Amino acid sequence: MDLKHIEVEATDEERQAVDACLGPPESAWDGGPRDNPVDFHVAHGGQAMRERRHQLLPALRALQQGIGWISEGGLGYICRRLDVPPADAWGVATFYALLSTTPRAPRVLHVCDDIACKCSGADALCAALEEQVGPAHAHDSSASQVHIGEAEAVWVRSPCLGMCDQGPAALWQVSGAQPVEEQVARLTVERAVRVLKGEGKAAVAVPYTAFTASAGEPRLLKRVNKVDPASLDAYTTSGGFEALEKALGMTPSAVIAEVSASKLMGRGGAAFPIGRKWQAVAGQPVTPHYFICNADESEPGTFKDRVLMEGDPFAIVEAMAIGGYATGSEQGYIYIRGEYPLATARLQQAIDLARQQGFLGADILGRGVTFDIEIRQGAGAYICGEETALFNSIEGYRGEPRNKPPFPVQAGLFGYPTVVNNVETLANVPGIILDGGAAFAKIGTEQSTGTKLFCVSGAVATPGVIEVPFGATLEQALALAGGLRAGATLKAVLLGGAAGVFVRPDELGIELSFEGARAAEATLGSGVIMAFDDTTDIEDILIRIAAFFRDESCGQCVPCRVGTVRQEEALYRIKRGKTLGGLREELDLMDEVGVSMKDASICGLGQTAYSAIESAIKRLGVFGA
Amino acid sequence: MEDTDVVLLWGSNARNAHPIWFHHLLKGIRNGARLYVIDPRRSESAQWADTWLGIHVGTDVALSNAMARVIIHEGLVNQEFIANATEGYEAYRASVEPYTLEYAEQVTGVPGQVIRETAVAYAKAKKAMVCWTLGITEHHNATDNVLALINLALLTGHVGRWGSGCNPLRGQNNVQGGGDMGAIPNKLPGFQDVLDEEARTRIDKMWKTKMPAKYGWNLTEMLRAMERGELTSLFVIGENPAQSDADGHHVRKLLQGLDHLVVQEIFLTKTAEMADVVLPTVTSWAEADGCVTSSERRIQRVRKALEPPEGTRDELWILSELARRMGFDWGHPSAEDVWNEVRKVAPAFCGGMSYKRMEELRGIQWPCPNEGHPGSKYLHGRLWETPRGGRAAPFSVVEHAGPVEMPDDEYPLLLTTGRRLESYNTGVQSGGYDSPLHIGETLAISPEDADALGVATGDPVRISSRRGTVDAPARVDPGLRPGVVFMSLHFPDEVATNLLTIDEADERSGTAEFKACAVRVERVNARARREPAEAAD
Repeated sequence: MDLKHIEVEATDEERQAVDACLGPPESAWDGGPRDNPVDFHVAHGGQAMRERRHQLLPALRALQQGIGWISEGGLGYICRRLDVPPADAWGVATFYALLSTTPRAPRVLHVCDDIACKCSGADALCAALEEQVGPAHAHDSSASQVHIGEAEAVWVRSPCLGMCDQGPAALWQVSGAQPVEEQVARLTVERAVRVLKGEGKAAVAVPYTAFTASAGEPRLLKRVNKVDPASLDAYTTSGGFEALEKALGMTPSAVIAEVSASKLMGRGGAAFPIGRKWQAVAGQPVTPHYFICNADESEPGTFKDRVLMEGDPFAIVEAMAIGGYATGSEQGYIYIRGEYPLATARLQQAIDLARQQGFLGADILGRGVTFDIEIRQGAGAYICGEETALFNSIEGYRGEPRNKPPFPVQAGLFGYPTVVNNVETLANVPGIILDGGAAFAKIGTEQSTGTKLFCVSGAVATPGVIEVPFGATLEQALALAGGLRAGATLKAVLLGGAAGVFVRPDELGIELSFEGARAAEATLGSGVIMAFDDTTDIEDILIRIAAFFRDESCGQCVPCRVGTVRQEEALYRIKRGKTLGGLREELDLMDEVGVSMKDASICGLGQTAYSAIESAIKRLGVFGA
Repeated sequence: MEDTDVVLLWGSNARNAHPIWFHHLLKGIRNGARLYVIDPRRSESAQWADTWLGIHVGTDVALSNAMARVIIHEGLVNQEFIANATEGYEAYRASVEPYTLEYAEQVTGVPGQVIRETAVAYAKAKKAMVCWTLGITEHHNATDNVLALINLALLTGHVGRWGSGCNPLRGQNNVQGGGDMGAIPNKLPGFQDVLDEEARTRIDKMWKTKMPAKYGWNLTEMLRAMERGELTSLFVIGENPAQSDADGHHVRKLLQGLDHLVVQEIFLTKTAEMADVVLPTVTSWAEADGCVTSSERRIQRVRKALEPPEGTRDELWILSELARRMGFDWGHPSAEDVWNEVRKVAPAFCGGMSYKRMEELRGIQWPCPNEGHPGSKYLHGRLWETPRGGRAAPFSVVEHAGPVEMPDDEYPLLLTTGRRLESYNTGVQSGGYDSPLHIGETLAISPEDADALGVATGDPVRISSRRGTVDAPARVDPGLRPGVVFMSLHFPDEVATNLLTIDEADERSGTAEFKACAVRVERVNARARREPAEAAD
């Protein structure tokens, strides 16, 4: 394209960081030096160049990791490498929370202050950091940069990091030639200050184990914490890849028939029948087809997918290979949130080992079937868990949801038929193939088959991931997590996440199934069960939820962009006792705004942004109304 | 354009010079077309290309012949089409044989492998277009260049079908219409040849006159006739030769030497300033009724929407009055009256295009011989008929010639000229408008040559050729290779680029070699330039 490029020259460091991701430039025309006379007579670009656009986010991430922020020279170099207009690339860079578009210290501690971590002391931790270190670095300002001695480090507040079972949680990032990304469990003030000062990293790199429990024999969690997630041998000796072998011996349509017979429904929140989705893509005459694992688990309070990916990564690889075969897809993607470095590393290792052993690649198990998987990391954007936003993110655009129709099964990634399945959904697939769909359908309830993972956090004794057959009660789920903390009195349970609903302590009999939740006017959402005891200020939680949606709204459609702001403002006014016209008027306003968001937003984010707040008002009666 | 597979955009920076047309090309690209741009500069258009072939200036025939040789040797010629629709293939085939990839690489600078890939892509495409503009025609061997491209289309059968063809892009909205109406020295309206006895006598009868059975002069020939003293009076309509023609000093001298110069214009151009009589006219857009022809041969209506400024006259009125005062009373026909006469004079061309039908169909593509005819979406479809309709399409043997003036020790750089996005021709219609893109004339120069001269963007330089000298600020342009510099022709009042260009023209088409002349570039001492101004203070 004829672009007006940024004139600032990239430094050697910036080039190296970007080249490490994209490879060296091919000529003077895509950012290379002007030293080859052939370049004066030939340039290649056009379609081949435009097809590189999907590398924009990986390149931006590489720049962020390499030099600590999206610098002008670095951005300009990326634009030359990929032939992307600088303004366009800037739009993408500013979309993601983990990309800093202002200069920032190379060492950053992202401290979760979201609702689950609030229950484990995140507020006190942040207050102590403010006192001992200084204010949190703001994304939009370089003025609040805090220098701690020579160490040049900052801390920032973060939305849910998916470590709700081990809060307060944090993500530690060091940029430079040897970048570091580590999840931090059970952070204390002392450790936070120490790591910010650059006094050793061991303090934060504590290995941790997720607590898991199940009612009956676990199906999804059977290997988690028991089988070495880094060993392909360990996986195969525990029955791994048997399902793939069996599936490859069946026709693709027979595989889909089993999945349909299992009545497996999507675990990402929408509960769509998986067999129908696979069938719809398999039947599309247009090729290629794509198979995507949605691992962008970002719903506050949700961490089950992380535990599966960290604890049993091969199972996801195996399930995707089965799905790829069944749907005629040769290329799979795992889109994983940027805050999950450990899961990313384990999945990458699993993919590499599986490919080496012929479970992925051009000729899987010698059956002439082709399927491979590429991991794409997000960069801090809740909305990218929405499937069409996810497509845009992979394709190198701002992660804004698309209008539907067309649906992903018709026109998804790069405009081709695409399956998008959540991690937990996929984890069910090998079992379905091995045991048969009918056997699977006997587990759980009539309409909700199989087992379900729940992320139990908050004021429970042992937060963690539990597995229960559909149909268990909320009370049983809480009991599996050890019940309430000693001495705690239950005030409310948030079911389904920030986009879910609050239920009262007298509603613990709710049946945990799609139909049971519907009957109780609740939702299972992403499987969040977050318990709040009577020390919790629910109004504070609501404000955090409102702030989350305001911050994560992509801003594309008006109801959500404006509504999430108005909602948060009203909650603040109520909290500060400065209502406009009175409490009743504020609640009416929130209701009107909430209904508008529900009715008129393009995607689920805006449609559910009022859900938890509405339930707190109407079900819990938080404001006494 | 929107429904083709491969486009060779040859000698054209359409992105800037034909921006509306380029949007249609972009639609084609979006639909999957592959674009190959052949241009000495990596122009804005070239930056959209799948492959840019940066040939040396004036080596188009060598490239085209080498591509033809690849197509022949790789067995990609369309034998059936050649047999049915063409003649002269064997001679042509023999003539391109010396144009090996090695030779072409040496002449054009483009790696042989890239030439080969381009040729194969063009030949193998189901549908393919060759599009060109002045990079092909503003050379002393313009006709050969065009014929060389037509050869490629004949070789592969990429002509006469939907999505395939040869497209010379038109530079102005109605430049095609000028040709349609016979405003060329060898054609009558509807491209009937002046030497065509039947056509001439038929029209003579209608016009009650007797036209001479010989071709008139084209612009280049007119200038030579002025030089010889044979042409002493000139009537100029909507043209600015004092600034738009090559070797400007010389042209102005010739215009000054005329006995009588009449200029019909909408602005007081440099040429108009030299005139004995200026006839101020209305603009043909929005101030007059009529019709225009677009690049795709679509004749469409334009309507008067505004009252023209006081003192101006409609062009038809002016011509009718001139005729009346010369003793021929035509009355004062309306635009539609005139058009209906054209339909009678050239019935095969536009007989079916009434104003009413043009309005209904939003323009009609010629030829359209009768009122039942829908117009022609593409030309030369007859070549695909069996048996072939009409005469065979001839291959032409053409040889590489290169520019007339090549760089040497004294004038070491090659200047090529062209258009920019924000300006239009000599600036008569665009110079008065404000635009952030209006940066005035510049000498675009490669980073390497700029370094060697010690100049940066904005620094004043002096550009000299054997014919003249101008000053302009330098503008470093990485799209240029060492040895080639570029200027536009948009700012003749400030920088008369055509004082530099060479007065060499193609004999057959009359177009001048604006695209190549040798120049020398020197730094200008900025202090020395400023001093007079300071003294004036």
